[in-house]
Amino acid sequence: MIEITMPRLSDTMEEGSIAVWRKQPGDHVEPGDIIVEIETDKATMEYEAYDAGTLAAVLVREGETVAIGTPIALLDDGRTSALAPAASAVPTPASEPDVGTATVAVATVPSTPAPVSPRAPAVADTDFHARTASPLVRRLAREHHLDLRAVTGTGPGGRIIRSDIEELLAASATTASVATASAPPEMRRPSAQVTSAEQKRGSRPVPMSNPRRVIARRLGESARTIPHFFVTSVADVEDLVRLRTEMNEHLVTTGQPKISFNDLVIRAVALTLRAHPQVNASYVDDDSPTMLIHDRINIGMAVASDNGLVVPVIEDADQMSLVQISARARELAGLADAKRLTIDHMSGGTFTISNLGMFGVEQFTAIINPPEGAILAVGSTAREPVGVGDDVVLHHRMRFTMSSDHRIIDGALAAQFLQTLGEILEHPYSLVL
Amino acid sequence: MLVIRRFEERAARSYTQALIGGYCHLNLGEEAAVVGLVTALEDRDYLFTNYREHGYALERGISPERVMAELYGRVDGVSKGWGGSMHLFDLDHRLVGGYGIVGGQLPLATGAGLAISYRASDEVVMCTMGDGTTNIGAFHESLNLAALWHLPVVYVIINNQLGMGTTVERSSAEPELARRAASYRMASARVDGLDPLATYAAARNAVAAARAGEPFLLEVVSERLRGHSVVDPAKYRSAAEVQALSDHDPVRLVGARLMLEGLLDADALAVLDEEAKAIAEHAAAFAEASPHPDPATLFDYNYATPVANDLRRLPGEALFAARARPTEVV
Amino acid sequence: MALMTFRQALHDTLREEMLRDESVLLLGEEIGVFEGSYKITAGLLAEFGERRVRDTPIAEEGFTGAAIGAAMLGLRPVVEIMTINFSLLALDQIVNHAAKIYGMFGGQARVPLVIRTPGGGGQQLGATHSQNVELYYAFVPGMKVVAPSTPADAKALLLAAIRDDDPVLFLENLTLYNTKGEVPEASVPAEIGRAAITRPGRDLTLIGYSRTAWVASQVAEELAETEGLEIEVIDLRSLRPLDRATLVESVKRTSCAVVLEDDWLTYGIGAEVAASISDGAFDYLDAPVRRVAMAEVPLPYSKVLETAALPSHEDVINAIYQTLDAVGRRRPGARR
Repeated sequence: MIEITMPRLSDTMEEGSIAVWRKQPGDHVEPGDIIVEIETDKATMEYEAYDAGTLAAVLVREGETVAIGTPIALLDDGRTSALAPAASAVPTPASEPDVGTATVAVATVPSTPAPVSPRAPAVADTDFHARTASPLVRRLAREHHLDLRAVTGTGPGGRIIRSDIEELLAASATTASVATASAPPEMRRPSAQVTSAEQKRGSRPVPMSNPRRVIARRLGESARTIPHFFVTSVADVEDLVRLRTEMNEHLVTTGQPKISFNDLVIRAVALTLRAHPQVNASYVDDDSPTMLIHDRINIGMAVASDNGLVVPVIEDADQMSLVQISARARELAGLADAKRLTIDHMSGGTFTISNLGMFGVEQFTAIINPPEGAILAVGSTAREPVGVGDDVVLHHRMRFTMSSDHRIIDGALAAQFLQTLGEILEHPYSLVL
Repeated sequence: MLVIRRFEERAARSYTQALIGGYCHLNLGEEAAVVGLVTALEDRDYLFTNYREHGYALERGISPERVMAELYGRVDGVSKGWGGSMHLFDLDHRLVGGYGIVGGQLPLATGAGLAISYRASDEVVMCTMGDGTTNIGAFHESLNLAALWHLPVVYVIINNQLGMGTTVERSSAEPELARRAASYRMASARVDGLDPLATYAAARNAVAAARAGEPFLLEVVSERLRGHSVVDPAKYRSAAEVQALSDHDPVRLVGARLMLEGLLDADALAVLDEEAKAIAEHAAAFAEASPHPDPATLFDYNYATPVANDLRRLPGEALFAARARPTEVV
Repeated sequence: MALMTFRQALHDTLREEMLRDESVLLLGEEIGVFEGSYKITAGLLAEFGERRVRDTPIAEEGFTGAAIGAAMLGLRPVVEIMTINFSLLALDQIVNHAAKIYGMFGGQARVPLVIRTPGGGGQQLGATHSQNVELYYAFVPGMKVVAPSTPADAKALLLAAIRDDDPVLFLENLTLYNTKGEVPEASVPAEIGRAAITRPGRDLTLIGYSRTAWVASQVAEELAETEGLEIEVIDLRSLRPLDRATLVESVKRTSCAVVLEDDWLTYGIGAEVAASISDGAFDYLDAPVRRVAMAEVPLPYSKVLETAALPSHEDVINAIYQTLDAVGRRRPGARR
């Protein structure tokens, strides 16, 4: 009997939810078969079987969330193992999976640790920690949300000791405010407990998905710790609108997808970043004597998908043609709607664009997506009277606001960046050259 | 004597009703010895005894209610429920302990004698023990010290001829126990413990010697009417022996003597007996009505002098309160 | 302050208390005419007479019990038991009587008694004369057990013990009698039940009592000079009550600890210390609590065997190094 445990599928993942069981108890499983889809803090991941056998039991129902390392299913490989006593405690394959029984199975695991296979994360995470991390380290990991999986222990027997996590601790120091804000126990309250104020509001608890919780945590952290400042500019995009109209007429006749306004903005921003590399940058932390300038320009686009906010990244956007950017953006948005974005799709961004123009929003400010240095909030394109020579005419104009991390970007730099961006948008031929 | 007799009988009944716990050793058959010995003491004198001491407590003047309440383990007991049958204590009446460890009281009594001698005051210490105790090391160490240091202690052996089930002859190479005093050049005497007047006279003599500054060893030959404790059926005794015991019952003997001498008639004796029974019944009722100690007082007698880091931990409690779990970010 | 030996501090304190309080008297074997096996009571018989300095027969149960009985009547006897090995002969009187009388009789009688007795080991005295059984007394509710390591504490804790209304086992050590230290002129009793951080540090908590607290101080000093290590030294001072809070708070700072004990490891003082730390500072431990204790044998006579069975200076240093290694705290290039 092989115990399948909640895998770790992202660098920041601490727990995962079962999205869909692709195999049911009784199904035969071959290595490489997709057993289950797991919703991590960032995406929904497919999880493959490492071993052949029959799925004997699922221990965690769809929609349930458990910690990494918690057994989620049992795979009968035809061999008895030390896990057999635990397995006997779980329901038969035909019966409804019972979370309570799964807990029993977890509790019995540490006394009979399964052999560690290089392929299968067979040992429960709790067991892993109990065996290899000192109590001090485990407390610090808990309090600072550190992931010990990647840490090499240098204590006796490979025990992870405090000195092994100094770097992780330093890195998490910037997130200290998160821990601090959550520390006072009196602020904790079981969600089931409804206060009178909540009764008055008619409140009801609604579960938050893992990605939503991560977004909440990250944005709170960003807003609390990064000194934001905002610079707004406006561009006359009359020529850009005309250019897009003409291009799309051509594309339609040749059977190709249209270019969106957003595609144009991405291209413009990518070119602007190339001119102002200091904006394509990250602050490290208060103790670091250096900041990071990124040589690659990877633009994240905030997508309000059916499954909530996600930010897939268009890598090397400055190296791509408008058509390439358009195709890539469409592909990523499709993946987002299908909950098929992977960690890879969403990591490594250097600058983010959030566009609410399609909702008619004139202008707004966005919160920086750390560790990036800035984010651009793009408003709608509307016709406004402008003076041309002695005449007043109606031209398409667009407002955009950049939120910058003042620790690495100063006001003048932000202004210069927006000036360049405005020039590109107003003289859009560079976008197609 | 009658009060002791009826009290002990009532205690035996309460024991079988599970109102009294632990061990329960009775003075049945030793009433004459108890009365004779204790009567020889002044109020200011100290009495150390062993675990067969209910009668001594009564005879020292402690109320039967408080003695019975202690057997019941109640707050009104002489030791507030902490001691039980074997550990009666009342400083006011200078009963400074029943002691459950055989021989444990001997060095303590010797030390009390030392304190009296040190202060040059004129109290006397009486220390009773069973016949089996004379074979324990503390007996010899104590008598030796008392003789060496001229301490005012009367050591009294209640020789009821049985150490639990072992006879004196089978446990002591010198079965005339009083003769052991010779090893310490200590004065000694042997007396019939079934006769309260003889016992009293011998005890007075011994107490006088102690008050004059020399220890004394008094052997009181007595009977134990029942087993070693309430739960001992005493099967090591033959039927003939048991019958003989009945003939030697000091309470019956004294009653007969009083009537013979015309001091009491049968009716008056019956009245006294009813009074004794009533006292015992009242003591039992009082004890049963007395509250059990409050568990919150469990640590009240850890130390006489309060001390830092005194661990007042109940069995199920962790040494250190658990820390609050770190809050998960939600 | 005056510089004096541990022995002198004990002697002077006994004398001072006898002068101060008429109810204080001394009992023990060879404490009078012979002036004490270790000369703690030298001169006191001549000064105070046989009434207050009482040579006893070789009868530990008898004279210890007599001291308890005298204490019940209000005297403040200070008993000397020649070595702690002989206290076993008085075990019944100490455990079944001294420790019980206050509680067992519902608080009606107090036992203001001090039992002074030295532990030891390492003098080729063989198995029966080389034990350290203070644990037997520290195990028993009702007892107080103090174990000073410096002349100043010898004075302060002896003052406290004599003035305390409970039975106090006052643990001395043959090795410490000739050690010297500054002793305050003023007579200020220590607070029983409190450990002392005798040296602050952040690298490791080193715990001892009596002789081992003295060893701990020496080792910490040495490692500070040779390697710049900052070792925090805790002198338990009181084995019952045990000051767990001080232990736990220290380990919360250092995250590791080594306990030095003069008894056997199994069920020893160090076991209680280690368990207490794991209870109170579990989430702060970066390595298991290490104990340094005697080998589990009756101590042999042969010097070679005896030396092998007793913790050496090197054993202590190695335990510290290994614990520091375990938490990755050794200085680069430090000697092994």
